[in-house]
Amino acid sequence: MTDTSTRTEPGDWATDQEVRWCPGCGDYSILTAMRMLMPELEVDRENTVFVSGIGCAARFPYYMNTYGMHGIHGRAPAIATGLAMARPDLDVWVIGGDGDMMSIGGNHLIHALRRNVNLNILLFNNMIYGLTKGQFSPTSEVGKVTKSSPMGSVDTPFNPMSVALGAEASFVARTHDMDRQHMMEMFRRAHDHKGASIVEVFQNCNVFNDGAWEGITKKGNRDSNLITLEHGQPIKFGADGELGVVVENGAAKVVSVADVGESAILIHDEKKPDPSTAFMLSRLSQGPFEPTPIGVFRAVERIEYASSSTAQLAMAQNDKGAGDLSSLLRSRGTWQV
Amino acid sequence: MTDTAPRELPLQELDEVIIRFAGDSGDGMQLTGDQFTSISAALGNDLATLPEFPAEIRAPQGTLAGVSAFQVRISDFAITTPGDAPTVLVAMNPAALKAQLHNLVQGGAVIVNTDAFNERNLEKAGYESDPLEDGTLDGYRSYPVPMSQITKDAVAVHGVKPRDAERSKNFFALGLISWMYTRPTEPTMEFISTKFRGKELVIKANEAAFQAGYNFGETAELFESHYEIKPAELPQGEYTNVNGNTALAWGCAASGQLARLPVFLGSYPITPASDILHDLSELKHFGVRTFQAEDEIAAAASAVGAAFGGALAFTTTSGPGVALKGETLGLAVSLELPLVVIDIQRGGPSTGLPTKPEQADLLMAMYGRHSESPMPIVAPRSPADCFNAAIEACRIALRYRTPVMLLSDGYLATSSEPWLLPDIDSLPDIGVDFHTGFNGTNEDGDGIFLPYLRDSETLARPWAIPGTPDLMHRIGGIEKEDESGNISYDPANHQKMVNLRAAKVEGIDVPDVEVAGDPDADFCMLGWGSTWGAIDASVDRLQAAGKKVAHVHLTHLNPFPKNLGEVLSKFETVICPEMNAGQLVNLVRAKYLLDVKPVNKMNGVPFTTAEIESAALQAMDNS
Ligand SMILES: Cc1ncc(C[n+]2csc(CCOP(=O)(O)OP(=O)(O)O)c2C)c(N)n1
Ligand code: SF4
Ligand SMILES: [Mg+2]
Repeated sequence: MTDTSTRTEPGDWATDQEVRWCPGCGDYSILTAMRMLMPELEVDRENTVFVSGIGCAARFPYYMNTYGMHGIHGRAPAIATGLAMARPDLDVWVIGGDGDMMSIGGNHLIHALRRNVNLNILLFNNMIYGLTKGQFSPTSEVGKVTKSSPMGSVDTPFNPMSVALGAEASFVARTHDMDRQHMMEMFRRAHDHKGASIVEVFQNCNVFNDGAWEGITKKGNRDSNLITLEHGQPIKFGADGELGVVVENGAAKVVSVADVGESAILIHDEKKPDPSTAFMLSRLSQGPFEPTPIGVFRAVERIEYASSSTAQLAMAQNDKGAGDLSSLLRSRGTWQV
Repeated sequence: MTDTAPRELPLQELDEVIIRFAGDSGDGMQLTGDQFTSISAALGNDLATLPEFPAEIRAPQGTLAGVSAFQVRISDFAITTPGDAPTVLVAMNPAALKAQLHNLVQGGAVIVNTDAFNERNLEKAGYESDPLEDGTLDGYRSYPVPMSQITKDAVAVHGVKPRDAERSKNFFALGLISWMYTRPTEPTMEFISTKFRGKELVIKANEAAFQAGYNFGETAELFESHYEIKPAELPQGEYTNVNGNTALAWGCAASGQLARLPVFLGSYPITPASDILHDLSELKHFGVRTFQAEDEIAAAASAVGAAFGGALAFTTTSGPGVALKGETLGLAVSLELPLVVIDIQRGGPSTGLPTKPEQADLLMAMYGRHSESPMPIVAPRSPADCFNAAIEACRIALRYRTPVMLLSDGYLATSSEPWLLPDIDSLPDIGVDFHTGFNGTNEDGDGIFLPYLRDSETLARPWAIPGTPDLMHRIGGIEKEDESGNISYDPANHQKMVNLRAAKVEGIDVPDVEVAGDPDADFCMLGWGSTWGAIDASVDRLQAAGKKVAHVHLTHLNPFPKNLGEVLSKFETVICPEMNAGQLVNLVRAKYLLDVKPVNKMNGVPFTTAEIESAALQAMDNS
């Protein structure tokens, strides 16, 4: 262990490798947020691991001066699960794009979430396959015209927050690449959460899907279309907090606060054991053209996977004593010749 | 004991017997066979077993698809196979008789439970007339025994309901066979009371049924004699009876200790590999962590992650699972991390014959990944040898930092043999050191870590695990620059890395092959994996018949032993029996330009000794 009292600087977390994303790509601001956050977390570089799949987003580990593995397409959550089980002492981050984690790796993502493996999973959602040059992805909107969907995609997209909540995730959050402070806060929360955390980052691919999130992330649109969730606070937004969210007939709905009165506005409770309200919030928006919540949807405590596994190892050793090879080979009975 | 005076029957000495217990899958034939095996082992016989399970868990009762069988061969001499054909068949119902009779040797004994031969069961088995009466059993010695009824009568006194009573009839059969082969009764009585501890009524019923079976043999005047099989002359020492999958699981746990590393297993259930997952899940006190993944890809991927973290990582599966793992294994080849992949081969393609063995994944193990992606391959030759093979696979994986494929099959997985327990202290130390310091310097003269700087002897790269100060590094599937490990698309570097990965595997230290049988023969049989027992037994027979024959058996299939080409080229004729369409033949022909002749079998049943013997004789005639 290195001395944690010697605080690192963001620069200590950078590698000598040239960052190869397209100029202007949203991934740069995410990388900066991460490098700036790291010193604040007061963790050691050698105890931090970034694991990724394949895609533009998945190049991330090469740019962090930690241990890292650039894996194969979609499999990062599974690789990271093995690592986190074998080494519960490590901080394991998982980085991937919307194609990586919601398409080819969708299965691994949901299972890592339901098992509650201690992973910090960042899903860089640019609603497009960047690295393969612009096909529609599982988060692209219906009608999306790309090279593989010249007449518009006919696929209904996933809503990553809804998927995560449906997969029993214990920490579910969302942020966007235009707001460094908010990103850092979400990443910090994900890190501090014991168990699987997923943070969806709205990320701009300025080459193949430029401005896809502008409807909600551009400065002029934020007031009317970004809802910042804060635990214990009424869910309000708009330039003067004039808009709010209520639950009506089993669904979340945007209302004018003046029309319904302050007291009717939903108070955000990220710790609610039942995920239904969080799910309703995740369904509030159908796309980046209407009011969309960011922040922590859900943060509940649930037993972490590797620690359960470790507890069983300890219990077994307690019951049976440390494994003895000689008696193992004799455990099914022996005879002498 | 009953008060009927035992008849004085002649005691006949046999050198071996091959018994096949067959019944409905609910009839407890595996348990019966297992127990008969244990008693015989304790008596000092050599033995080999071959269980046969239906593919369906609860196939309709009484049907051919639902027949479960267990073959055990016991002998007073050393044997290497469960025998070609049973000499005694115990058939608990018509379906069992129908499914198994054709296997029995001519003149063999058939002991049938006549109570099960009613119209309904005959119909379910597809018999148009009663085989006990229509001449079907001509040419065999048949012993009709009303097992169900006697069992019911025997257990009735204990107040067991007739329906439950019926369930003890396998113990009746076991009692009868125990009498026939003069096995002691005490071990089985003990077994019953431990196995069914807490279920007093079941214990009483099974004990009564077992005793009734034993007594029946003695008193029924049905049998002409009973038999004795003397202990075999085996090397002295302590033995246990082990099947291949358990030996593999133990080998994995042992390797963890021999390497002083925690064991991680990522696995997804699949027949016939699941028992390794089950067995290792029981070994948590060995620090073995098992992870039942969401699929085979995740199973392999989690093992790669665990290996990166410094665990001794395994993934276990069968052919369909290996196909799914392919891309991940390519990653492991590129990352150069230790990983052992265990493939319990079964009949394919696709779901194929999930409970039957085949050796047809050899070329997939060799070439079943995209691009140039060499992987060492080892194959155990017998159930007990699975233990050694696991350790050898781990040794190679650790020393050379490479994924290794271990090819067992459905036959080795479930069949068992006595295993002379190794001296734990004699097992090899397969530990390697993690890398903990800089291994290079930059232009400024500062120490740096080069994750792909190779050991000059083994060409292995350093294994530096997360948590090691200063050695932070990134690895990945993109081509890496030699030494630094940085991403590199440089053409010359790629060529170099392809060559290095190949040279590393080619350079693995593999022991030379030894020639068994007669090294001066002109004729040789080449085999690998589970065909060893049948080839070895056929060599004995051929030699007894005055033929000169040699046997070369491979444990290492990639790389081949260095002397293999030279050894094989000395023989005029080489045949290669394998349970595939000629996969080892293809490899050997391609590598050594030797005209090795294929002998192939793919019907889901292992080679018999007779089949190999006749293939050998035919090849000798033709040469
Ligand atoms: C097995 C496999 N299939 C396909 C690919 C090709 N591929 C690489 S990245 C990618 C999709 C990338 O999209 P996303 O995950 O959204 O990441 P982004 O590039 O947008 O950050 C695909 C299809 C691959 N590398 N491996
Ligand atoms: S293609 Fe898009 S996502 Fe990929 S680096 Fe370029 S801008 Fe970023
Ligand atoms: Mg994308």
